[in-house]
Amino acid sequence: MAGTAGETPELIKVHSGAVEVPYDWHCGPYWSRFFRGLRDEKKIYATKCPSCGRVYIPPREVCGPCFARMDEWVEVGPEGVIEMFTVVRLPYTNPSTGEPLSVPYTDVYVRLDGADTSLMHWLDETDEKKIAVGMRVRAVFRDKRTGTMHDIEHFKLI
Amino acid sequence: MERAAIVGVGQTRYERSKEGIVAELVYEATCRALDDAGMKIGDIDSVVTVSNDFWDGRTISCMAVADAAGCYGKDASTVECDGAFGAFYGLMRVLSGYDTTLVVAHSKVSEGNPRIITNAAFDPIYERSLGLDAISASALQARAYMKKFGVTEEQCALVSVKNHRNARNNPYAHVPLDISVEDVMKSPKLADPIKVLDASPLSDGACAVIFAVESAAAKRAKKPVWVKGVSHCTDAYRLGERDLTYSIALESAARRAYQMAGITDPWRQIDVAEVYDAFSYMELMWYEGLGFCDRGQGGRLIESGKTGMAGELPVNPSGGVLSAHSVLVAGLARIAEAVLQLRGEAGKRQVAGARTALAQGINGICAQQHCVWIVSTEQ
Repeated sequence: MAGTAGETPELIKVHSGAVEVPYDWHCGPYWSRFFRGLRDEKKIYATKCPSCGRVYIPPREVCGPCFARMDEWVEVGPEGVIEMFTVVRLPYTNPSTGEPLSVPYTDVYVRLDGADTSLMHWLDETDEKKIAVGMRVRAVFRDKRTGTMHDIEHFKLI
Repeated sequence: MERAAIVGVGQTRYERSKEGIVAELVYEATCRALDDAGMKIGDIDSVVTVSNDFWDGRTISCMAVADAAGCYGKDASTVECDGAFGAFYGLMRVLSGYDTTLVVAHSKVSEGNPRIITNAAFDPIYERSLGLDAISASALQARAYMKKFGVTEEQCALVSVKNHRNARNNPYAHVPLDISVEDVMKSPKLADPIKVLDASPLSDGACAVIFAVESAAAKRAKKPVWVKGVSHCTDAYRLGERDLTYSIALESAARRAYQMAGITDPWRQIDVAEVYDAFSYMELMWYEGLGFCDRGQGGRLIESGKTGMAGELPVNPSGGVLSAHSVLVAGLARIAEAVLQLRGEAGKRQVAGARTALAQGINGICAQQHCVWIVSTEQ
């Protein structure tokens, strides 16, 4: 290798690049029914397992523990209780949009009334002293809805 | 089951922004494991590499390390999970007709963007669009766990204090620190209740482990370390569906691994444990899932000092994942450290007289999967 004794050969530090792969994900019949409910009715629909009776939100085809197909739909929420939350303070770029999410913001999992699993979304309160597990919250819908998770703007404390 | 042993281990030092390319890291770990076993690459019958395309930024990323892992002309395969799961596949291979199998994991987390990559582990039309990632998801889990059992931030901080101190005795560790509970509590918040010193670092590195059947182990290894029990178990994908306050998957994996190994009393029969503490609260939860204490008692256990270096069952003498977190590699590194401890080659962090060790790997957001290994000097 070139270079005299005691001299460290130069390393070319970094070759920069980015992998940008666009996708068009299908929503399938279950997500579609869920999103139509948000968009057209401002209602939250879940699926119920015919075997164990568990109500799943977000809805899906298969109950994992029973390995059973679900085709019964039930309405849940729009109120529920906070199951867990965190106030995020680390600056973050939203990978879906490339836009910065301004910190702090609050992630919550909400156990909607009538559901046996929890839905993840945002809470419009960033003072952790004012938030507690078990508090009741309600979904706030956007006026303009397009059939995505963002048809719910966030949850708010009741 | 035919008996199988670990006959060689090799690791790079774990550090931020290693300057070599991934294949160079893999070659270093592979050569060290071969030297450790007193083997040449020709003595290896099959190879399992561990890699992930998102972390490497490359499609079919395993192919790019084939030469460095000694795959040329051999039956080589890949696991795209934590290295403890790659090791499970390696063990299966030596139990299925290959005399020897090399397992090697690599990671250069410094090259990508961990927040974008871990965000991409979530459903693209659900949590991903709401910005959830490994740190915020773990903060949600920490909150749920601590709230349910009254575990305090100070108790979590004790894990960080213990493990960073232990790392001072490990030449492979990335972040050895002499810190106090107060230092952890004062460190900046990432996503509450997780603070900077509750979180593992981003470390580049590679680790290799060589498995052999009994006949090959007896011929070649200086001190074979025997696989006594191993199991893994999977929980639900969606966090809103899991009980995040207690890992039923870990309990199940541990129960089956203990059963295979004849472990009925971990405190009496296990001398040292290496667990996957990606965040400080995780070590407390894993104490509970592994049966080291009852549900919700992890905080009390760390306070008792029984899992410290001078305790009855030292946990993470290496410094754990909090002191070196090379994603995908870290579970395999737990196994490598267990082997060094059982051979009496762990230097200043040696647990005196260790004969049976536990190593644990996790996979997925908030540890959807757990893999538990029991290894021993005794055949």
